[in-house]
Amino acid sequence: MALKMVKGSIDRMFDKNLQDLVRGIRNHKEDEAKYISQCIDEIKQELKQDNIAVKANAVCKLTYLQMLGYDISWAAFNIIEVMSASKFTFKRIGYLAASQSFHEGTDVIMLTTNQIRKDLSSPSQYDTGVALTGLSCFVTPDLARDLANDIMTLMSHTKPYIRKKAVLIMYKVFLKYPESLRPAFPRLKEKLEDPDPGVQSAAVNVICELARRNPKNYLSLAPLFFKLMTSSTNNWVLIKIIKLFGALTPLEPRLGKKLIEPLTNLIHSTSAMSLLYECVNTVIAVLISLSSGMPNHSASIQLCVQKLRILIEDSDQNLKYLGLLAMSKILKTHPKSVQSHKDLILQCLDDKDESIRLRALDLLYGMVSKKNLMEIVKKLMTHVDKAEGTTYRDELLTKIIDICSQSNYQYITNFEWYISILVELTRLEGTRHGHLIAAQMLDVAIRVKAIRKFAVSQMSALLDSAHLLASSTQRNGICEVLYAAAWICGEFSEHLQEPHHTLEAMLRPRVTTLPGHIQAVYVQNVVKLYASILQQKEQAREAEGAQAVTQLMVDRLPQFVQSADLEVQERASCILQLVKHIQKLQAKDVPVAEEVSALFAGELNPVAPKAQKKVPVPEGLDLDAWINEPLSDSESEDERPRAVFHEEEQRRPKHRPSEADEEELARRREARKQEQANNPFYIKSSPSPQKRYQDTPGVEHIPVVQIDLSVPLKVPGLPMSDQYVKLEEERRHRQKLEKDKRRKKRKEKEKKGKRRHSSLPTESDEDIAPAQQVDIVTEEMPENALPSDEDDKDPNDPYRALDIDLDKPLADSEKLPIQKHRNTETSKSPEKDVPMVEKKSKKPKKKKKKKKKKKKKKKKKKKKK
Amino acid sequence: MPAGCPPHSTTASLPQHGDRGFPFAAAAAAGQAPPRPRPAAAMQFMLLFSRQGKLRLQKWYVPLSDKEKKKITRELVQTVLARKPKMCSFLEWRDLKIVYKRYASLYFCCAIEDQDNELITLEIIHRYVELLDKYFGSVCELDIIFNFEKAYFILDEFLLGGEVQETSKKNVLKAIEQADLLQEPRHEYFNVPVY
Repeated sequence: MALKMVKGSIDRMFDKNLQDLVRGIRNHKEDEAKYISQCIDEIKQELKQDNIAVKANAVCKLTYLQMLGYDISWAAFNIIEVMSASKFTFKRIGYLAASQSFHEGTDVIMLTTNQIRKDLSSPSQYDTGVALTGLSCFVTPDLARDLANDIMTLMSHTKPYIRKKAVLIMYKVFLKYPESLRPAFPRLKEKLEDPDPGVQSAAVNVICELARRNPKNYLSLAPLFFKLMTSSTNNWVLIKIIKLFGALTPLEPRLGKKLIEPLTNLIHSTSAMSLLYECVNTVIAVLISLSSGMPNHSASIQLCVQKLRILIEDSDQNLKYLGLLAMSKILKTHPKSVQSHKDLILQCLDDKDESIRLRALDLLYGMVSKKNLMEIVKKLMTHVDKAEGTTYRDELLTKIIDICSQSNYQYITNFEWYISILVELTRLEGTRHGHLIAAQMLDVAIRVKAIRKFAVSQMSALLDSAHLLASSTQRNGICEVLYAAAWICGEFSEHLQEPHHTLEAMLRPRVTTLPGHIQAVYVQNVVKLYASILQQKEQAREAEGAQAVTQLMVDRLPQFVQSADLEVQERASCILQLVKHIQKLQAKDVPVAEEVSALFAGELNPVAPKAQKKVPVPEGLDLDAWINEPLSDSESEDERPRAVFHEEEQRRPKHRPSEADEEELARRREARKQEQANNPFYIKSSPSPQKRYQDTPGVEHIPVVQIDLSVPLKVPGLPMSDQYVKLEEERRHRQKLEKDKRRKKRKEKEKKGKRRHSSLPTESDEDIAPAQQVDIVTEEMPENALPSDEDDKDPNDPYRALDIDLDKPLADSEKLPIQKHRNTETSKSPEKDVPMVEKKSKKPKKKKKKKKKKKKKKKKKKKKK
Repeated sequence: MPAGCPPHSTTASLPQHGDRGFPFAAAAAAGQAPPRPRPAAAMQFMLLFSRQGKLRLQKWYVPLSDKEKKKITRELVQTVLARKPKMCSFLEWRDLKIVYKRYASLYFCCAIEDQDNELITLEIIHRYVELLDKYFGSVCELDIIFNFEKAYFILDEFLLGGEVQETSKKNVLKAIEQADLLQEPRHEYFNVPVY
C-alpha cells in the first residue's frame, strides 16, 4: 500500500497539471484539437488511477476543457468520486466540475444525494458551503425533494456564512420542488429579521423573487418590507424591496399611495444611479396601476420625467439608453408628459449609437399625434436615406409603418400622403420588409374606400416601373410590393386610368423572373383587368379593340404556362383556355364582357386575423358526427343548368359607390385638384401630357412619336409625400381660422349669457379634421364570436407551481420528507447512519444500495396514494 | 473506478419526475409544446471572454444543455464583439437583457431578465472585477486563464444561484482566504501563477 502511494506520487510528477495544460494549449495553436485529444487520452489514464490527487488534477483539467467546448459528460462518475474525497482541496474541485458540467439530464446525478447530504452536515463550514454552491447549479427535482429538509435546517445554522447560502439555495429548491415552499416559508420569513445583514439580504432576495412571480401570496408581508425599506441603507437590498413593491401595488392600491412619498424622497436624495433608476421605474409602475384617485400624481410623473430627462441628457450612453427605456414605460399611460420632450427624443435619433436610436424610435411610436405625424415621418424618411446598415434601415421602415398604422390608422389624416410614403419606401432595395409594405398597401386600399382611385394610380405606376422587377432575386425583397400592386390594380380596375397600359405592363416578359407567388397574383389579376377592359370596349362598341386585347392575352399568357411554379402554371393554363374560348365567341360577335366580369363579382372584405378561430360552434352541430351517412339512397336535388360563367340570380352585385358617394367624391376630387393646381410642387400624375394631346380631338393629325424608353423618365416613388405636408399645413391653418371665428362667436354668446369657465383655446388632436372623410372598414369577425383572448397565456410557466397560499396552516401531510434509511415497517433494527462509503472498492455496492432506496421510496409513494 | 464500469451504465435509472408536479414534465406529458428554457434566476449566466472571442469563464445559473450553452455563447460573443466601443452596455437579446462591460482585454457579459436592473448588474460586474483584482493583485487576463478555478471560487462566494449572496467585499475575500487555508500545501502549485 505504501509502495503504491509512493509510486502514485512519482507518477504524478510526470502528470500535467492545469498550468501545464493551459500552457500546452497556448503553445499548440496550429494543432490545438490534436493536442487536446492527446491530453484527453492522458486524462483518461489518470482517471483510472487510484490516487485521488491524480484524479482531482485530471478533473480540474477536464473542467478547463469543458469551458473550451469539449464534452466531458463521460467523466461524470469520476467527478462524483472527486466530490466525495475527504480533503477539501479535492472536494472543491469536484464540486466545481459538477457545477459546471452537470445538468438535469446527467444520469449519475442521483448518486450524489447522500454525498451532498453528508457534506451539508459536515463540521467544516467550507465543506457545507461548497456543497451548497454546487447544488445551486445542478439541483434536480429529485435532489430538491430529498435534500429540502436538510437545507431548511441549515437556514438556522449557527454560522451566518452557511445561513445565507442555505437561504439563497432554497429558492432553487422551491422551483424544482414546489411542495417545499409552504413548510419552509415560516423559517424563510424569520430570516428577514436575521441579525446578520448578509442573511437578511439573502432572505429579501428570495422572497422578492418569489413575490415577483406570484405577488398576491405575499401581500401580507408588505408592512414588514415597508419597515425594511425605510430602515435599510443597503442599496442592493433596497433595490430588491422596491422592485417587490412594484409587483405588489397592482394588487393593493392603498400600498401605492403609501409608497409614493418614500420613493420620491429616495429619488430626491440618492446619488446611486441604479437605485434612482429602480425608484423611477417603480414609481412609474405604481402610477400606472393607480390610474385614478391620486391627488399629486401628476407631480410624481413630472418628477420622474424630469429625472429621466437628466439621464437622457447625460453623456453616459448607458444612462441615455435607460432613460429612453423608462420613458417608453411612462409613454403608455401618460403620453402627454413625454410628448413635451419630443425635441430631446428626436435629437436622440441622431445619436451615433444604434441601440439608442432604436430606443428613441420606440418612443416615437407613442409621440405621434394627428398634428405631428407627417413631420415625424418626414424626419424618419430622411433617416432612411442616410442609414448605412440595412438592419437599422429595416428597423426604421418597420417603425414608420408601425407608427402610421397604429390603432387602426388613427393618426393619419391624409391617406394619399400615406400611400405616397409607402410608394417612396419601395425605393429601399435590399430590404427584408417588402411584404410589410405590401401588406400595408393592401390593407389601406381595401379598407379605405375613398383612397382606392389614388392607390390604383400609384400602383399602376409601380407596375410600370422597372426597378422593382430588377430586385426580384431576393426573397421577401422589395419586389413583394408588386404582389400588392398587381392585386390592387386588378381588383379595383374600374379606377384605372389606362387599363390597357397597365395590362401590358403586367404581361411583360420580365415578369416571369418574379417569385412564383407574385406571378400567380399577376396572372389572376390580369384577367380581372382584362374583364374590365372588355366591358369598356363593348360598351363603347369597339369590337376590334376588344378582340385586340384578347389577342394580346392569347399571345402573352403562354409565357406563364411555361412557368416552373405549379400555381402559376395552373392558373395560366386555365385562364389561357378561358381566353381562347372568349376569342371564339368574339369571332361570332357574341357579347361576353358581362359574363367575364361576373367571374369577379362581389367584393372581398377584410377579415380579422383571428376570425376563423373565433367562429363559435353553432348549437346542435356535432363536429364529430358523420357529415354524410355512409351512402344513403336519397336523391340530391335536381340541378338546374346554369349559364357558363354567369349565375342567373346575382347574389351580390358588385359594389358600386352609391350616387351620393359619387357626388361627394367628385366634389372632393375637384377641391383636391384645385389644391394641387395651386401648388407648384405638385407633379401631376397620369394622364401624362403626351397622352392628353392624343386624346384631344383636332390634334390627332399631328404625328406624335412614342418614345420607347427602357429606363422610365419618371422615377416612380419620387419624393412627393412632402407636398402633402405643406398642403396639410395650409389646410389646418384655414381650419383654425374658421374655428377661431366660430369660437369668438360662441364667446360672445357666452358673454351675453351665463358666465362659464371657458377653457383656454388649445389646439388639441381632436380639433384636426381629416382631409378626406374616410371610413375605415373594420375587419370582419364572425357573429357572436367569443371575446375571450386566452390564447396568449403561457401554459409552461414554472412559476405557476409556486403560486401557493402561504398563510394557510401547515398540514401534516405537507411536512418535508425527512430522510429515513429504512421504511417504517422494516426498521426493526434501527440502523444508524449508513456509513458513507469512501473506498473505491465499495463504490459499486453503494450504487446498488441507492438504487434500492430509490425503489423503496417509490413504493412508499404508491402506498400513500 | 473499475474499467469495466463505464459511467453511462446507469442510464436505465434516469430520474423520473413526471409524477412530482414538476411543471416542465407535466406540460410535456400533456402533449403541449416543449417548454422553452425558462429563466429561474435574476442573473441567467455570466460569461467572460477575450477580445479574440475566446471564452475565459462561464457560469450558468439556469440548467441548459451543453449544446444550448454553446449556441448561446457563440451568438453572444459575436454580437457583443461586433458592437462599437462607444455603444451602450445593454442590448436586448431573445427575451433577455444582456449587460456587458469591457475591462482591458476581457469582456464581462451577463444575461438578466426583463424586469431586472441593468445598472445594478453593471455594479455586480464591477464588484466582481474588484474582487478579482484584490485577490490576484491587479488582475490580468492571464491570471484568470491559469487560475480559472480560483476565479470560479471567488464568483461562487459573491453570487449564488444568480443572486448576490454577499455585498461586502471584505467578507467575500475573507471566506476565500480561509477556504484557501484549508487547501493542502502540497497543491501549492494551484496557487502560484506561472506563465
